[in-house]
Amino acid sequence: MSWKKIGAIVAAGALALSLSACGGGAGSTDLANLKIGIKFDQPGLGLKTGDTYSGLDVDVATYIAGKLGTTADKIQWIQAPSAQRETLIETGQVDLVVATYSINDERKKKVDFAGPYFIAGQDLLVRSDDTSITGPESLDGKKLCSVTGSTSAQNVQKKVPGVNLQEFGTYSECVTALVAGTIDALTTDDTILAGYAAQAQYAGKLKVVGAPFSTENYGVGLKKGNTDLCNKVTDAIKSMISDGSWQKAVDANLGAANYKAPAGNPPTPAACS
Amino acid sequence: MADILARYDFLGAFWLTIQLSFWSALGALVIGTVVAILRVSPVPVLRLLGTAYVNTFRNTPLTLLMVFSILGASYVLGLEISDNVTTNIFYWAIIVLSVYHAAFVCEALRSGVNTIPAGQAEAARSIGLTFSQSLTEVLLPQAFRGAIAPLGSTLIALIKNSTVAAVIGAAEAAGLMAVIIENETGSVLVFFLFAVGFVILTLPVGILFTSLSRRLAVKR
Repeated sequence: MSWKKIGAIVAAGALALSLSACGGGAGSTDLANLKIGIKFDQPGLGLKTGDTYSGLDVDVATYIAGKLGTTADKIQWIQAPSAQRETLIETGQVDLVVATYSINDERKKKVDFAGPYFIAGQDLLVRSDDTSITGPESLDGKKLCSVTGSTSAQNVQKKVPGVNLQEFGTYSECVTALVAGTIDALTTDDTILAGYAAQAQYAGKLKVVGAPFSTENYGVGLKKGNTDLCNKVTDAIKSMISDGSWQKAVDANLGAANYKAPAGNPPTPAACS
Repeated sequence: MADILARYDFLGAFWLTIQLSFWSALGALVIGTVVAILRVSPVPVLRLLGTAYVNTFRNTPLTLLMVFSILGASYVLGLEISDNVTTNIFYWAIIVLSVYHAAFVCEALRSGVNTIPAGQAEAARSIGLTFSQSLTEVLLPQAFRGAIAPLGSTLIALIKNSTVAAVIGAAEAAGLMAVIIENETGSVLVFFLFAVGFVILTLPVGILFTSLSRRLAVKR
């Protein structure tokens, strides 16, 4: 290869780099091509099956994106695991996060929230023939399962000291153990539980107890200080609730397992600060 | 930084990491030595058994073994060691870490055996020592001394791999990190704190084993 050719390649590379640097630069949000962070592995909320995405979070995100100017086929879905949500927003890798994202003070220090768009509560999932578990107070001597380090796991340990708690990396593993019969209950947000109970392979085998013992306000996470975007998202959520699409989405994604959205739903989105 | 350190039980979490590592290292050393003996034994069936063990466990992801121990062995097959979930996790984590790292201990020891000139084994046989005598009197002592550096690397790997036990809910360092990230959101600081914790654990191990390997090496 001649020096001329090498020089040309280097120049082309440098040009490509400078172009991509421009494209990735911090600018205003491209409302026609939103990048939205969702869960990829949460049935009923955000689930990726092949190339299609389904769930309540996906429906809410699609509706909001539509109001903001992004058609459903233009949305870029990006996986947002719980531990990475703040980082994804702060670094601009996503514009919005709609991923069972509970609004709390620690998170508000790093990102802004629009919403809530749904009020969930921590609940218990048990085998459908089990009548002995009616709430956290009847967990004594039972084996409980949740995800390592999750808010639900910490919460139940505070509520029922000395509970026999098995922690796994994902909820799917808990569900497997629950169906096998060695774990008596799985605890986390009722939405997530309803999503599992509604899955075809568990039809009739599992039920949500229906006695929520915490309040989780699901919000849409976005970059700190972007009040304009926050207002637009809040308006979109309000209109989704008032025009009936919200109820339709809840019924379609979580209704199969006799799940009723807990008290307080549909919520009134808070004003953006 | 100080308030995160004060609010969470770092020492307790790292203490569990140390406990897991200690007992697993002991278990891995015992199992690994037995498998190494199988692999250098004169009986073909035993050699095959040893090779099969090493190839099985060295090539299986640790996370998979860890999840299987609880989800498969404890909950589906009913092989629970204790009815208390925390105790059950603790024992199974030690078993899995031991069994997994035994494959690496075995290979480290075998490399130690290979440092011994073939003439020594032949000499041992020719003065009438049985296989077990030549093993315990001639081969193994030199093999351990020659394998100290790779054994040290295996121990360091084991200490860091003990974090995999978080996937079955052991409340060791990685488990605590999951809790902190959930409550305080993830940050470079949190990662830094745990990285420093592990460096404090593994750096002295590395220094100790390097100096031991120098002092105990068989001079030939």
